[in-house]
Amino acid sequence: MRTEARVLLGLGTFFAIMDAVYWFWSKEDAGGVMIIAGTLLCFLPGLYYFWWSRRMRPRPEDDPHAEPAQGAGVVGTFPGTSIWPFTLGMASFVMVLALVFGVWLVVPGVALMFWAVVGATGESRRGGQH
Amino acid sequence: MTEVLERPAPAGGHGHEEHGPTGILKWLTTTDHKVIGLSYTVTAVVMMVIGGAFAEIIRGQLSSPNGTLVSLAQYNELFTMHGSVMIYLFAGPFAFGALANIIVPIQIGAPDMAFPRLNALSYWLYLTGSITMLSGFFVAGGAANFGWVAYAPLSSSVATPGSGADLWIGGLLLTGFSAIFTGVNLCATVFYLRAPGMTMFRMPIFTWNLLVTAILILLAFPVLTAGLIMLYADRHFGTHIFSVAGGGVPVLWQNIFWFWGHPEVYILALPFFGMVTEIIAVFSKKPVFGYKGMIFATLTIGALSLGVWAHHMFTTGTVLLPFFSIMSLLIAVPTGIKMFNWIGTMWRGQIWFSTAMLMAIGFLITFLVGGLTGIYLASPPLDFFTHDTYFVVAHFHSVVMALVLGAMGGLYYWGPKITGYLLNERIGKIQFWFLFIGTQVFTLPMYLLGLRGMPRRMAIYPQHPSWQYLNDWATVGALMIGVSTILFVVNIVYSWKRYPAGDNPWDGHTLEWFTSSPPPHHNFYRLPPIRSERPTWDYNHPEHRALEHGHHEPAVDGSVK
Repeated sequence: MRTEARVLLGLGTFFAIMDAVYWFWSKEDAGGVMIIAGTLLCFLPGLYYFWWSRRMRPRPEDDPHAEPAQGAGVVGTFPGTSIWPFTLGMASFVMVLALVFGVWLVVPGVALMFWAVVGATGESRRGGQH
Repeated sequence: MTEVLERPAPAGGHGHEEHGPTGILKWLTTTDHKVIGLSYTVTAVVMMVIGGAFAEIIRGQLSSPNGTLVSLAQYNELFTMHGSVMIYLFAGPFAFGALANIIVPIQIGAPDMAFPRLNALSYWLYLTGSITMLSGFFVAGGAANFGWVAYAPLSSSVATPGSGADLWIGGLLLTGFSAIFTGVNLCATVFYLRAPGMTMFRMPIFTWNLLVTAILILLAFPVLTAGLIMLYADRHFGTHIFSVAGGGVPVLWQNIFWFWGHPEVYILALPFFGMVTEIIAVFSKKPVFGYKGMIFATLTIGALSLGVWAHHMFTTGTVLLPFFSIMSLLIAVPTGIKMFNWIGTMWRGQIWFSTAMLMAIGFLITFLVGGLTGIYLASPPLDFFTHDTYFVVAHFHSVVMALVLGAMGGLYYWGPKITGYLLNERIGKIQFWFLFIGTQVFTLPMYLLGLRGMPRRMAIYPQHPSWQYLNDWATVGALMIGVSTILFVVNIVYSWKRYPAGDNPWDGHTLEWFTSSPPPHHNFYRLPPIRSERPTWDYNHPEHRALEHGHHEPAVDGSVK
């Protein structure tokens, strides 16, 4: 976990220094704001990982001497097949087509999206299809 | 002694596709990263063929000064959609959606991507986004015609009123979200699903590069999406963010676009850097030279990439030239380190000139040309001279054609792992020479054209003998690249289920060569102990297994080499 944190914090620190130089040198707003956003995007998860890395024991994947057996057991929940990503994708497609072909397409788009989100959530609760 | 232990099936065990749906329903409902990755690969290659066909028409038009193959309006649509299809729909999704999706989880010993359903959604957004963008050709007014960069005010509703432009924006919104979701997925997979012993500094370079790519996606793509929403609002909701008439700033679009666009260049390039690193190491029978140096070079490229965007805007007169020039020139340092490391990996290796290796070497040479001309363009005085000429076109075509060579190398290298069958090496090598020589014949005349003043994006040009023959050469090169693409398709058809690959045809280094070809559902039945960045090699060659970084095997006389 420590290396992950260092990667993000390192990038964030570089962006912060770069932004300070850029801001005071150029006085240009758009770029300065966008680099600040980039800095925060690195610090937010980076600090979270750093905080955790000091509180948890190293995971098997952080241990250079770990044996494969140490990773045995449940890795996570992986759904089998699911129709909901396709449904959600088609709903997004319809929503984007509404930008071009008329606002009325938002109605079926939102309906389809609602159906897909409800379906995907229900599937997660049941643990996926077997 | 090395010993392989069974790793029990992960994930509560459900979701075995052997009992799942088949045929089209399997394709629609799959959450398996390998099937999704294969869908990405096929879609991206189809997009490459479509974009390539546009390129051939463009080159046909330019083969004579007053070409009549297409009208001026059609030419504008063609170069816009050629660039858009190649960058948004081929290079990017191929880089981080196709091979990455299949290979990264296997390389780190994971059963799947961290969020399989999000992964599937990414693919559907990519596919529908591609359809949306291309459907512009079928609406009144034709497809988008403002260049793939959509500069304001060309992209305003006054200059480009048609719905082709809106379909372009909509398609990009969908593919943009697809990229963001893939970025989230890749980060989470690399951070949370590595096998025991697979520390960050044992991950293969390809996976490292994809991690940095994913971080760059998360930094860059939301900016583009926000910009597109602003552009749409300008076109339809009466805002004036990018139009001078209402107090807006057209150059702001360029700032937003390139704040995404330049990291995007590295988002496209880094995965292919990773591919050729793997290929060169395996086919030189050596570990990667300077493994940690390679990783720090990748991270440095990622860090610098956020501070170089305005080198595309030197001639606007609104940007801080020294800052962007220095930052852009600095990129040459980590890239040079990589180049040095690739050569160092080959140095004194037992090089096997397979098709994949030839493609990787072709990548190095072509990328060197594109990279070095990039250094010229990072210098404002030279950029003022060559901006918006064919010199710039030649520069980025050297770079992206190098990426195509890398992509082909990746397909020849990992194709057997994905399908279980090798491609024909003889056809592959003929394809390589057409692609490699064609690329040089295509790009080198365009550099000269640029230096002689030919502007980009023009459908007809004055009768000028030195422009004419250079354009003819570029067209010949483009045709050779077209032949190489046809040879690739021929090779797939010819080699279809003809040459069984076995699990490890190249004596590979990384975990994907430890499992079967194609890998089973959830990828592994067993895992080797991971003690270096080459676990499969260590397992297959225990007498030559890797030592800790910085340690060397003692020589026969007991001294340390």
